[in-house]
Amino acid sequence: MLTQIWLMPTLPLLGFLSLVLTAGTLPKRAVAVIGAGSIGLAFLVALSVAIQFLASGEEAVTQSLWVWMSVGGFNPGFSFYIDGLTVVMMLVITGVGFLIHLYSTGFMIDDPSYSRFFSYMNLFVAAMLTLVLADNLVLLYLGWEGVGLCSYLLIGFWYTNPENGYAARKAFVVTRVGDTSMALGLFLLFAQLGTLNIQDMLHAAEAEWQVGSGMAIAAALLLLGGAVGKSAQLPLQTWLPDAMAGPTPISALIHAATMVTAGVYLIARTHVVFELAPSVQELVAWIGLITLLMSGFTAMAQHDIKRILAYSTISQIGYMFLGLGVGAWSAAIFHLMTHAFFKALLFLGAGTVILSLHHEHDIFKMGGKRKQLPVAFLSFLIGGLALTAFPFTSGFFSKDEILLAALALEGPGTILWLGGVIGAFFTGIYTFRLIFVVFFGESKGHDQEKEVAGWNMAGPLFVLMLLSLVGGFISIPVDAVFAHGEEHAEHHVSTLIHGIMIVVPLIGIAISYLFYCSGQLSIDKLMASKLAQSLHRFWFSGWGMDKLYDGLFVRPFVALARLNSKDFIDWLYGLLVSLTRWGNALVVKSQTGYLRWYALSIALGLAVLLTLGVTL
Amino acid sequence: MILLLLISLLFVGGLLAWLAEMFDKNLPRVVAISSLIIALLVMLTLLGNDANSDGWIATLDWQWIPQFGIGFYLAADGLSVLLLILTAFLGVIAVAAAWDEIHDRPGFFYFNLLWTLAGVIGVFTALDLFLFFFFWEVMLIPMYFIIAIWGHENKNYAAMKFFIFTQVSGLLMLAAILMMAFLHSVQYGTPSFRYEDLLSVSTSGMLGTLTMLGFFIAFTTKLPSVPFHSWLPDAHSQAPTAGSVILAGILLKTGAYGLIRFAVPLFPEASLAFAPVAMALAAISIVYCAKVAFAQEDIKRLIAYTSVSHMGFVTLGVYAWNEQALQGAVMTMLAHGLSAAALFMLAGGLQHRIHTRHMPDMGGFWGQVPRMSVVALFFSVAALGMPGLGNFIGEFLALLGAFQANILFTAIAALGLILASVYSLWVIQKVFHGDFAKEKYDNGQLSDLNQREMTFFILMMLGLIWMGLYPQSFLNLSEPVLNGLLSMTAELTQTGGGL
Amino acid sequence: MQGIPYEHGLILASILFAIGLVGVLTRRNIVFLLMSLEIMLNACGLAFIVASARWEQADGQVMFLMILTLAAAEVAVGLGLIIQLYRRYHTVDIDRLSEMKG
Repeated sequence: MLTQIWLMPTLPLLGFLSLVLTAGTLPKRAVAVIGAGSIGLAFLVALSVAIQFLASGEEAVTQSLWVWMSVGGFNPGFSFYIDGLTVVMMLVITGVGFLIHLYSTGFMIDDPSYSRFFSYMNLFVAAMLTLVLADNLVLLYLGWEGVGLCSYLLIGFWYTNPENGYAARKAFVVTRVGDTSMALGLFLLFAQLGTLNIQDMLHAAEAEWQVGSGMAIAAALLLLGGAVGKSAQLPLQTWLPDAMAGPTPISALIHAATMVTAGVYLIARTHVVFELAPSVQELVAWIGLITLLMSGFTAMAQHDIKRILAYSTISQIGYMFLGLGVGAWSAAIFHLMTHAFFKALLFLGAGTVILSLHHEHDIFKMGGKRKQLPVAFLSFLIGGLALTAFPFTSGFFSKDEILLAALALEGPGTILWLGGVIGAFFTGIYTFRLIFVVFFGESKGHDQEKEVAGWNMAGPLFVLMLLSLVGGFISIPVDAVFAHGEEHAEHHVSTLIHGIMIVVPLIGIAISYLFYCSGQLSIDKLMASKLAQSLHRFWFSGWGMDKLYDGLFVRPFVALARLNSKDFIDWLYGLLVSLTRWGNALVVKSQTGYLRWYALSIALGLAVLLTLGVTL
Repeated sequence: MILLLLISLLFVGGLLAWLAEMFDKNLPRVVAISSLIIALLVMLTLLGNDANSDGWIATLDWQWIPQFGIGFYLAADGLSVLLLILTAFLGVIAVAAAWDEIHDRPGFFYFNLLWTLAGVIGVFTALDLFLFFFFWEVMLIPMYFIIAIWGHENKNYAAMKFFIFTQVSGLLMLAAILMMAFLHSVQYGTPSFRYEDLLSVSTSGMLGTLTMLGFFIAFTTKLPSVPFHSWLPDAHSQAPTAGSVILAGILLKTGAYGLIRFAVPLFPEASLAFAPVAMALAAISIVYCAKVAFAQEDIKRLIAYTSVSHMGFVTLGVYAWNEQALQGAVMTMLAHGLSAAALFMLAGGLQHRIHTRHMPDMGGFWGQVPRMSVVALFFSVAALGMPGLGNFIGEFLALLGAFQANILFTAIAALGLILASVYSLWVIQKVFHGDFAKEKYDNGQLSDLNQREMTFFILMMLGLIWMGLYPQSFLNLSEPVLNGLLSMTAELTQTGGGL
Repeated sequence: MQGIPYEHGLILASILFAIGLVGVLTRRNIVFLLMSLEIMLNACGLAFIVASARWEQADGQVMFLMILTLAAAEVAVGLGLIIQLYRRYHTVDIDRLSEMKG
């Protein structure tokens, strides 16, 4: 049964190959059919696989295609593994992926590199599916690097602008730092446990490692390094805001819905290792909390519509990390799913705004656009409500679960919970700041443009709106995956707690309303003081992290490289050459060409030798 | 017999190519490519042969100078066959690269090319150390001519540097070989240069270490590794494209082959003691040369430094001396052979078109030469170790194995993965992305890859994808060889806990 | 047999050798140079003869005969060279012929 699993990554891969091999000669319609169609088919396959799998009632299914390499006990294969977690991930990837592809067929229609765009997108989906379907960490790593490559290619899609190229390289290199840590984690796991097959490895880890043992901590830390890189968490979060240089559907697909959540998936997938290293697991929670608070502040200071959403993505993934850190594995995955819905919706809505207003990104140059851009407005409204966890939207359920799990944790639980709630308050402010500034108030330009929203762009938006609204009622089949790790005790909490969690984001929305819509509170007054201005600058720059890394790593490296561009080792050999030359010049001096000089030296030499011979 | 046939095929082919120039200027390249293709086909027949009881697929054992224990002893096992096929394949590619580039004395050029390759084949098959040294020299001198005659602006300096580095290190190796023969005569009564005889020579103590260093320096100069690498950037940047392809693709691999076949098995104790130093050198090589590569403005120099960096993984793998690490080293050799050769061909193609290697003068070529850009992207991505392509398998296995031997140096070497992405993407950015400076290049100058070039690039791409997705076809060939070598040193490594 | 003490013979040989050497080192005329060389050769010859007489061995005399023929050959070749040099450079000044310096 379930023999079609391999089709899932293969279909997008075929799409990629056919688009690459035709090298842009196909008409745009054909490109759209291949590009979006392959993902659509993959979604259907995923759906059928999911239904069969859930109907079978099995815990997990494996399909092995071939052994990748077999070297002295190290034999990862091209094998796919399906369990509840995979089902959720693959449905999100192909489903949301398909919607975004469909949207892109309209969004990118005027771009001359239409075919190149879809080829990269298809390759991305293939890699992402490989990542979540992999039954061993090496294959997972293949997908992991593959999505990184596609992310690089798509961020730098409009290559003529060097800034885009810079952003793309930054994204790739920063995530590569994490990837390298993860690779080391893989080496460690193999050296210690003798296998990289995920399930075998987890069993071996449970059998061989004590809770809190050094090896478990080291392995978990190294894997965490990979996860924070990919998921743009502290301290490797700096690449994501710059990654917004790519076309907006990319931001929706890669930098909101799928790739950036790969870190969350990795930790959930290897959760046993993290349970064996409780200190690292707690670190995960703290990373999540600090990241979500920091990027919440930053989001409030941004002007660029996509950067606001980017920081909000970092912040929401922070919630997922918080969930992982407190052991609420399924809640984190649940939030991953709902976040994929509403953040894709928000980004695609932003795409509509940007496209309609001729690539305007600054929200303060918009204003009052709710009549002019009705579909985008509706998208933002629904997406924004879900993002701020408005009751009974999808985001509400998932965020609620995470925060309640945090509260239930002993020790730092209360602080984590409090931090999460404060984060939700910020979420309310920055989300509705965006909505109020763009769609309400006075128009600040761009009055003539009409909304660009054909059926292929509006359709996906409506589907995503629906999902953002009701996605919270979906129950995800991951209980079996995390069965032994998770506490299933019902969280009995007072209505006060519930009340707080519902009301706090609403207060955020209200404050945002007072500042940015009704004008009863003035942002200018707040900004009058020097302190506020410098704070604003500080937050605007993302807590100065870019500058810090620039000064700490980039500049020294470049300076050192430039300094040594001639390779000082070569210079050492050059020294040898000059020494020889110098010696040569010295000896040449003795060769005067005068016969008597030679005769004299012979005589003297003889005399010296004789003296030596006689005296010794 | 088949091995002698292979070597003489290229020697004779070289002479014929030289003679052919008298009839037609275009004839030598035809002679060259056909003799290489025949050689490739002959090698492929080797794959069908079964190994004999000692693991050799083909042997040839003649007497030469019996008084000194010197024989004409050639043999090939799976490892040799892999490298032989790589040699002939890249030989064909090199001729293709030279096809339109070499107009000056083509006969002599192809003569040198084929004789170098003949020397390489000899090196990969000779099991008599005297014969090995003979072939080692045979492959160098024609290469010197290729750089010195058909090179670019600074060719004499580069050729001389190449020659001095290899000769000095070759001299050390000759001394070490003679020392081995001498030790054999001391321990067993008669001198011998046979590989099997020398394996049984006891090489413990200070003398063994010094002799081992002779081999090590010769091989790591060829490989090359820090601190013996500085001939390579000059040689590469000055050599004609075909020369760079042969140098990067094949000649460097003779050093790696020497380490695996001779340096470690002949001196197990000394190598065991020396392994941390070698691994440290490898890690330094990887990181240091990646850093230097990043700062280069000459695109060929940049690729040359990346070669040194990648070869560091080979040294690392060899001195980790376990199965994964060794397989990783072999896979790195094969995959780097293809990827570096392709990158040099691209750089050579660019230079042929716009007459400069200076990267700040380039930019925005993507829109002008889309096929070339995609090919360049592919090979850059391969070079930075993208899973699914051959280089990843090599480097991953090498690191995986090395991690079991030495965690610290493996961690340092892994930094190379980050730096590789820095310089690879920098090249793509500088050359292909950004704005196209129209005024600098008239339209005819910057033409996209033609059919002939595309054919060879696609062949190389398929090779890398094959290595990346199903490396087992290659691993199976080298596995028995490497296991044989490992079992020879098994006693030591068990007590020593890994080299 | 009481002849001349061999020390005297050796001293004479040394003096002759020194004269020859000084001649080689100081003269510029190439013909004089050749003559000084002859003197040095003969000084050596004398030393051999004296030694042979002192130890009553024939070897020294054999060596002298050897030097005699050598000197003859040397003069023949040397004079030939001098004539060639003179033809080519029109000088017999040795210092003018210093082209073989490094």
